[in-house]
Parts: sequence; C-alpha cells; structure tokens
Amino acid sequence: MDVFNAIVQTLDSTIRLSVPLLLACLAGLYSERAGIFDIGLEGKMLVGAFAGAAAASVFHSAFLGLGMAILISVAFAMIHGFASITHRGNQIVSGVAINFIAAGSTIILGQAWFQQGGRTPALQPGERFEAITWPGAGAIHDVPILGPIYSELISGHSILVYLAFLMVPFTWWVLFRTRFGLRLRAVGENPAAVDTAGISVAWLRYRALICTGVLTGIAGAYLSMVQNGGFVKDMTAGKGYIALAALIFAKWKPVNAMFACLLFGFLDALSIRLQGSPLPIIGKVPVQFMQALPYILTVILLAGFIGKAIPPRAGGVPYVKER
Amino acid sequence: MAQAAIELIGINKSFGAVRANRDINLEIARGTIHGIVGENGAGKSTLMSILYGFYQADSGEIRVGGQPASIKTPNDAIALGIGMVHQHFMLVDNFTVLENVILGAESDALLKRSIAKARSELERLEREYGLEVDPDAIIEELPVGLQQRVEILKALYRGAEILILDEPTGVLTPAEADHLFRILRQLKEQGKTVVLITHKLREIMAITDTVSVMRQGTMVATRETKKTTVEELAELMVGRRVLLRVEKGEADAGAIKLAVKNLTVKDTRGVTMVDDISFDIRAGEIVGIAGVAGNGQSELLEAISGIRRAVSGSVMLDGKPIDLTGAADPGELRDRGLAHVPEDRHHVGLVLAFEENENSILGYHDDPRYLKGPFLNIDAIRNDAKDKIAKYDIRPADCRLKTANFSGGNQQKIVLAREMEQDPGVLIVGQPTRGVDVGAIEFIHKRLIAMRDQGKAVLVVSVELDEIRSLSDRILVMFAGRIVGERGPEASEGELGLLMAGVEHQEAAQ
Repeated sequence: MDVFNAIVQTLDSTIRLSVPLLLACLAGLYSERAGIFDIGLEGKMLVGAFAGAAAASVFHSAFLGLGMAILISVAFAMIHGFASITHRGNQIVSGVAINFIAAGSTIILGQAWFQQGGRTPALQPGERFEAITWPGAGAIHDVPILGPIYSELISGHSILVYLAFLMVPFTWWVLFRTRFGLRLRAVGENPAAVDTAGISVAWLRYRALICTGVLTGIAGAYLSMVQNGGFVKDMTAGKGYIALAALIFAKWKPVNAMFACLLFGFLDALSIRLQGSPLPIIGKVPVQFMQALPYILTVILLAGFIGKAIPPRAGGVPYVKER
Repeated sequence: MAQAAIELIGINKSFGAVRANRDINLEIARGTIHGIVGENGAGKSTLMSILYGFYQADSGEIRVGGQPASIKTPNDAIALGIGMVHQHFMLVDNFTVLENVILGAESDALLKRSIAKARSELERLEREYGLEVDPDAIIEELPVGLQQRVEILKALYRGAEILILDEPTGVLTPAEADHLFRILRQLKEQGKTVVLITHKLREIMAITDTVSVMRQGTMVATRETKKTTVEELAELMVGRRVLLRVEKGEADAGAIKLAVKNLTVKDTRGVTMVDDISFDIRAGEIVGIAGVAGNGQSELLEAISGIRRAVSGSVMLDGKPIDLTGAADPGELRDRGLAHVPEDRHHVGLVLAFEENENSILGYHDDPRYLKGPFLNIDAIRNDAKDKIAKYDIRPADCRLKTANFSGGNQQKIVLAREMEQDPGVLIVGQPTRGVDVGAIEFIHKRLIAMRDQGKAVLVVSVELDEIRSLSDRILVMFAGRIVGERGPEASEGELGLLMAGVEHQEAAQ
C-alpha cells in the first residue's frame, strides 16, 4: 500500500508540475504554428507570474490577478509581434530580449513596489486560487485504490489545472475544426498562399500571438498564485525552454503536447521524490543528477528518439512579399 | 473587337532605382486569351502583380469591365473577378485540395460546413471545365500538373472571370502543358478571359489570340497572334535579331572520354533514382539527356561529378575510374579535366554573397595562378575575372559587384565562364539556360557548340526539349531513372515527348 500511495502522490505532483509546462507549450504551439518562433515563452510567463501575484496582493483578488497576468503577458507578446511581424526582425533575438527584460524588470519593479528583495508579498487566502474539492472526495478517500485516485489525482486541484487540461481539446478543435485554425496553420506553412488568398498575414500572426500571450499569462499566474504563494525572482526557472522542447517533441500537435508535458512533469516529480533516497542496485544518487535528469532526457529525446520533427515550414522567417 | 475586360492606362512602378514598369498601356479583350511575353526582368510579373493587388502602381489607372477600379489588396482583385495562378504555386503543401481551395474563402467559421459546401461546388467546377482532382488528396502528394489545376480551381471557386497565369508551363511535361491548353481553351469558350505570361514563344503562337511584348519595363508592341511570327516576337523581346536555333556543323566524334556503366543511384530517401544506366560520351560530341524534371537526371549529374554516392556501377573518365563512394574529391576531378556546371547555380554553383571575381575562381582557388605563397593573389584573380567578363559579355562588367546583384542569365555566364575557361576535357552541364533570357540562351548555346568543336565531350541535361534538340548530337531520354531511348537530333518533338512521358516504355513492359 505504501508503494501505491507513493505512486499516487508522484502522479499527483506530476499533474501539478506539468500544468505550467502544458500551458506554455500550447502557447508556443499557437505562435509556432503561425510561423513565429517564440523563445520568449519564459519571459512572458515570468511577467505573467509577477503581474498576477502583484495585482492579487494589491487588489486582494485572485481573478484580478489572473486578468492582470494575462494582460501584461499579452502586452509582451505584442512587443514580440511588433518586432518580428511588423518590423520583420529576427524572432530569436526578439524573444531573447523579452526574456532579459522580463527577468530584470520583475525584480526592479518588485523591489521598488514591495521592498522584499524582488518578491511580492505572500498571498493571503482569497488572493490565491484554492484547490477545488470534488463532491464525495472526502467520503471515498479511504476506499482502496479508487479512493486515492479520485480524491488525490482528480479532485483537489485549482481551477487553473482543469483549465490547462481543457485547453488541450480546445486547442485541437480551434486548430483543426475552425476557419481561424485553418488560416493559422496555413500562415505557418506558406504565408504567401494566405496573402494571395486575400487574408492579412500580419493580422493573423498577431492574433496567434495574442493566444500565446493569454496562455503564458495563465501559466505565469499558476506559478505565482497556485504553486507558490507569491512571486519569487526567476521563478520560471527554464520552464519556458522545457515547454519549447516539449513542443518539438510533440511535433506541434496539441494532444502530443499534453503527453510530452506530462512526461517532463513526471520526471520532475520523480527527481523531487527520489532526492536523497537510495535507489536499488545503483545506490544513492546525487541530488544534482536527479535534478538534471529531465534536461538530460530532453537532450536524448530530441537528439533522435522522436523521429523527424518537421516544424511549420515558414517558421522563423519574417514574411516579405517577393518581387 | 469585343469589350475590354481589363484596361491598364499609364501604369508606372519603381522598386528603388529600378523602373519595373514605365507608362504601360494595355487593353485585354473579354473572352480572349492574351499573351504577354518578355525576357526575365522585363516587368511582366510586376505588371500582373499590380493587377492582382500585390503591389500598388506608383501612378496610372486600372479599369475592369470599363469601370475604374482601385485594387489595393488581392481581396479587391478577387472581388472584381480577377484570379491569378502564380509561377510558384500559392498552395499549402500539407493541406488537402479542398482546404487549399477554401482558404480565405471559407463560407463559415467552422470548417465542417465550409468544406461540405465547397465540395459540391468544386465537383461542379471540375465537371464543367475538365479539371479532375481528388478533393481529399494532399497537395504535396500530387504531381505538379495537378497542383496547377488546384490553383486554377481556387481562382474559379472565387468566381474569377479573368484568369492570369504566370509562366504556367515551366514545370509541366509537354503532355501536361497540352492538357493545360485544352483547359484554357475551354475557359475561353465559357467566356472567361485568360492572360498568359510566358517567355516561351511557341506557346504564345499555339494558344493566344493577341500577344503583347514587354522589354525593359515598357510595352513595346501588341500584335494579333495570327499576324506575327516567332522571329518577330523574339526580335521585339530582345531588341535585336536572335538566332532561335544555333547553327552547327556535323559532329566529329573521337575517342570515348566518359563511360558510364550500370550506374545505380539512390536519393536521400533511399528511392532508386538512377537505375542501371550505361552510356558513353566521345570527344567532340554533345550528348543531351532529355526528361521531365525528377526522373533521375539530377542524381545522375551529381553521381558523375562526385557529389553523390552511387550504389553500384562505374564511371570512367579517360579510361580511369571515378570514385563513386561519395568520397570523391571534386577538386581532383577538376584536375583530371571534368568540369561541372550544376543545375542549381544558386545553391551549388555560386556563393551569392561573394563578389563576382571570387565566384569566378571558386573551386579553382588552389590553382597556383591565383596564389601568391599561401595567400590569394587578388590582382591575378581580378584580372582573370575581367578577362572572363569581357569574353562572356557578363553585365554589368564589374568584377567587384556582389554576385546576387547579377541577373540569372549573367550569373549563369559567370559559372559557365569559370568552368569552360579551365579548358576541361569533359564538360557536364545541368540546365544550361534555366531562367536565362533569349539573348543569353543564344550566346550560351554558341559557346557549348564551340567547346564541342574544340574536341571536348559535353553532356547536357535539360528539361527544355527545344534546347536538347538544338544542341545535341545524340539525345538520351530518361524516364523513371532509366534511359528509355536514344535518338538523333532529328527526332520529332512528339516522339521525344512520348518517350519522356514513359509511354513507349510502359507499352514495352506490358
């Protein structure tokens, strides 16, 4: 029973840890499917996290915090759009710049506004998104096997967790079942085809980036208002990059993205769980190795275990009408 | 004359210092097929892009159906019933035919309903105009001829009354081109107006009612097709008399220079592209390889020139084998007298960001003539480049100019000058005049024949049947990786066309 509980607990933290990855990964999916590489997912999550926690603590409202997280994150996405769509700048440079601005400005503003070394004040109940307990979760908790699965794995998460997983079928539906999705995929493959069909390439790509901004905003809010009780500097800790890796791993498909993020979340959960505890045969493994494991696996997976990942053909290339 | 479908009045358009269109006047009658010819860079495509709303004219007026029209975006053009089939297809390769047809013209925010509606409309159009395509096929799995039909269907689906086709036959086999022409005639019978942009004069003569000629951004003449000749049009295009078929004497074939035996080559996907091919080339003859693009010619050229691994077989140069394991050193092959003008000059033949003089020694930079100790002898290189520029009439005559700033024809001359001036025993040329203007074609053909007359062995691979017929002493036809026939230069176009389409080959196999 101990082993079973350990597994349930690990899976539970897998879900919690994969949520920000999943939101960021889907965010990247919208922009990359539209042909805009977005290495600035990390930065947008970070400003979202900061804006969310700051607004929540000032206005004492979790939902106002979430709204502010989305707003600021979308604003940063629009900066990326202005640089890379309107001015046809290099998308990687623009994305990196956004990451730097995000890392620096959150600390400076945090210190200036709250004087807590770049942190925001610890969020009080009501300023955070609380866990939702599903009906009957307490009652059947002691039922063997099904009980813990229902009450720990399915019930007891914040609304943002459910939202993140609902975004998976929703994104699939948008991409493959709507006019907007058809055009978005087309503009990532051959913007000239979209242009000659009489659709504005720029406006379409801006709309894709708005979707990206909304999702990275939610991801940021999740980090600072659910996973943590406030903003801590650099709290995204590379999740934006892992999300990008997951996106490639998932071959730019929403359902694959969910499984990729769950895998990375699981490795993360595993590394936390196994820290300090000796493994059979191998013996005690250094903490650093366990922490590095998700990244090592990323490299191995991306290096060849996923087959050929074909990115959207027009990805990374600013659209210029040819003469 | 019928009512004008389109009138262009005083159209001007400049890109920076380049005046792409100068004071163009043009009237296209409704229900006709109107050809527009001109060399590359004459401004044909720019003019049509203005008509389609891709660019705005700097000045001038467009009238559609007699009404002044303001066309600012492709949407405006579509609304006025103007459709365009671009030279490079504007299709999303991994979408289905239906998805491509509805893109931008979806009737509903949800795809399901748009597609259902489009399907029945598409079936009607396909029946009406003989444009059969499987609506659920993925574009990249279709041959180019069918992709082009999808482009036409796209325009018709949007209600096009005026259809502009930009160089539509460049990628087609002769049979596919014939089919396209049948479709265009059918469109004309249904009252549609067709504007055909091309630099192939034969096509103009075959299908158009009226033809306009552009040269250097101006409209130099409009003729009724019946009342003009290919020679007159060529002269109008270039501005001087042009020899369309270069004169040449009998070949005086000597010893075997290059012997290809049982050569088999696979492409990067592992598909057999060259299948057990054998042939010889003798000194003093030009051997032409005809075939529709993609039937293994590229892989054959690459294998012979040592840049692609062969699976089996042998290639002997002057009686000594060429290393076919993929480890061949192209530099060594050059030393042995094998020069190669690659098919794709932009990716393989030139470094576009380099100056002209740098490209003119590329691959021969180890030659002591161009070296001073361990360093490049810049003066020698530039003088050498200037000589070649003079000899090959490369324009502009500036060896310090960035190669990207030369026109396609002049870039090709840079590559040809480099390879020919090394005085090779064997010259292998892929697509010698792809994207090259009529005037420069004449020059390049003369040069190749001069090489032959000096006793060199020349192998020419081209998808232009006219070129093969005019240059070659012997013609080999490739289909599906095999040589399906050898003919003399007197072989008719129809006969070669059938071989290229694999007709005889398939009949023999049955």
